[in-house]
Amino acid sequence: MLRFQNVGLRYGLGPEVLRDVNLHLAPGSFHFLTGPSGAGKSSLLKLMYLGLQPSRGNISMFNQDIATIDRAELPGLRRRVGVVFQNFRLLDHLSTLDNVALPLRIAGAKEGTVRDHVAELLSWVGLGNHLDVHPPTLSDGEKQRVAIARAVIGRPSLLLADEPTGSVDLEQGLRILHLFEQLNKIGTTVVIATHDRGLIKRFSHPVLKLERGKLKINRRAAPPASPASPENQPPENSGGQQDGPTS
Amino acid sequence: MARRRDLPLERDGTGRFLPWLIALMVYLACLALAGAIMLDEASGRWQSGLTGTMTAQIPAADSGKSDEHPATIAAVLDVLKNTPGIRDAQPLTTDSVIALIEPWLGKGNVASDLPIPVLIDIQLEENATFDTVALAIQLEQVAPGTRLDDHEIWITRMLRLSQTIGAVAMTIVILIGIAAAATVVFATRTGLAVHQGAIEVLHIIGARDTYIARQFQVRAMSLALRGGLLGLILATMTLALLAGIAGNLEGPLLPQLAVTPSLWGGLAALPLAAALIATLTARITVVRTLSRLP
Ligand SMILES: Nc1ncnc2c1ncn2[C@@H]1O[C@H](COP(=O)(O)OP(=O)(O)O)[C@@H](O)[C@H]1O
Ligand SMILES: [Mg+2]
Repeated sequence: MLRFQNVGLRYGLGPEVLRDVNLHLAPGSFHFLTGPSGAGKSSLLKLMYLGLQPSRGNISMFNQDIATIDRAELPGLRRRVGVVFQNFRLLDHLSTLDNVALPLRIAGAKEGTVRDHVAELLSWVGLGNHLDVHPPTLSDGEKQRVAIARAVIGRPSLLLADEPTGSVDLEQGLRILHLFEQLNKIGTTVVIATHDRGLIKRFSHPVLKLERGKLKINRRAAPPASPASPENQPPENSGGQQDGPTS
Repeated sequence: MARRRDLPLERDGTGRFLPWLIALMVYLACLALAGAIMLDEASGRWQSGLTGTMTAQIPAADSGKSDEHPATIAAVLDVLKNTPGIRDAQPLTTDSVIALIEPWLGKGNVASDLPIPVLIDIQLEENATFDTVALAIQLEQVAPGTRLDDHEIWITRMLRLSQTIGAVAMTIVILIGIAAAATVVFATRTGLAVHQGAIEVLHIIGARDTYIARQFQVRAMSLALRGGLLGLILATMTLALLAGIAGNLEGPLLPQLAVTPSLWGGLAALPLAAALIATLTARITVVRTLSRLP
């Protein structure tokens, strides 16, 4: 599905934001991605949705090496990835319906089916009465749901969400995560970046932990409600190279 | 195809200045092109009107009345009509010679005792080639002082002039086209910068560069077409005004400001050319800029 090999990332001439990231997401898996603010969670997701080229290392997606793939084929890969951006990134001049319809229309879907399909999804996320409203008039929680609807409307194989519960209360956050779990059950691979440890603790999905640009994988077999904090849990399986002395 | 607008391109400033700039450019290009086309048609008329003819000019008799040396005229006509290659030779009447002079001297100002030369209009046979110099020598013998004018030098100079002016006009039109393209590049880059955020989202969602470019193309085409039509209308009004003024002059050799089909075709093509340039330029600019995205 998605494989990172010794991936490093730096912005311009700055320091490496991500170092030696090794990662393999199996089809149908569900991961949290966590780490302190500035650890590189958003940057790692950006690499995953092909919004950036790594400075070094290899990324392969859907069994294709993205370094050698023909650029004309990238849009096809991107259409199989749904992204919920940290700050939603809805297009303010488009109605809710048109925002959510965007991935379908870009992929060339027949206009006749688009409207019904989108309206159905929007009413499912509780926005059935807001089809023709523009994002600036929506609350943050509503925007978040529109962003999520846009990410999942095209039935992506891979769903990446950056702090998708950041601007909603716990109850709504849980509802959103249950939606992701439902999508995961029908085969979508899910990665959710969040720094909300409380939320992570309520689920048993494995956690990718970023610390100073390095990635550790914590496959928790433990049920939710584990009392231990993630830092104190011994990683049962570390992805990539073991942590050396940190610089 | 791109009936839907994923980018709010109508909200950035380009819509305000681009049509006016294109209107100005199309206006100037129209005038340059109109000048070139009319000159070309006029020089075509001069050429077909003057080739195949020559003029012999017999100096006025001392008394000033050309009718008083009919013998000389008859001798000249005799020589001309017996020269192979000449179809016909007719002296112009004094009245028609005066009519030719009048525009320069003013109506009624041609004094009756003005020494007026006799002009003989010579019609050549088609594709006739003969020795102009030999004929001139022959004429000099029967009527000393007679000049033979085959208009060659004049036509050549006029043609060279009109060709040069035509080339300059076409260069102007091409330069205006380049300026229009540069303007569209600038406007498109501005649009790309203004809508960078939305473009990034479209890109990540899986939009092809050509999909995004199409939105800019459609926008640039409609703005350029609007501006181009305005420029064409203004240019047509200007030309009509000039034609009205020139109509009072009625010089036989003045380029006629007649609106011929080829002139119309040329002018009407300019707004379309502007729209085409705008469309292609916008497309190329967007695709080239977006190709830098991963
Ligand atoms: N576009 C950028 N240009 C330069 N530096 C960036 C950019 N985006 C993020 N960074 C830097 O990369 C590091 C990781 O940021 P980010 O991936 O946003 O972390 P997180 O999402 O975990 O908070 C930070 O130090 C941040 O300053
Ligand atoms: Mg972040």
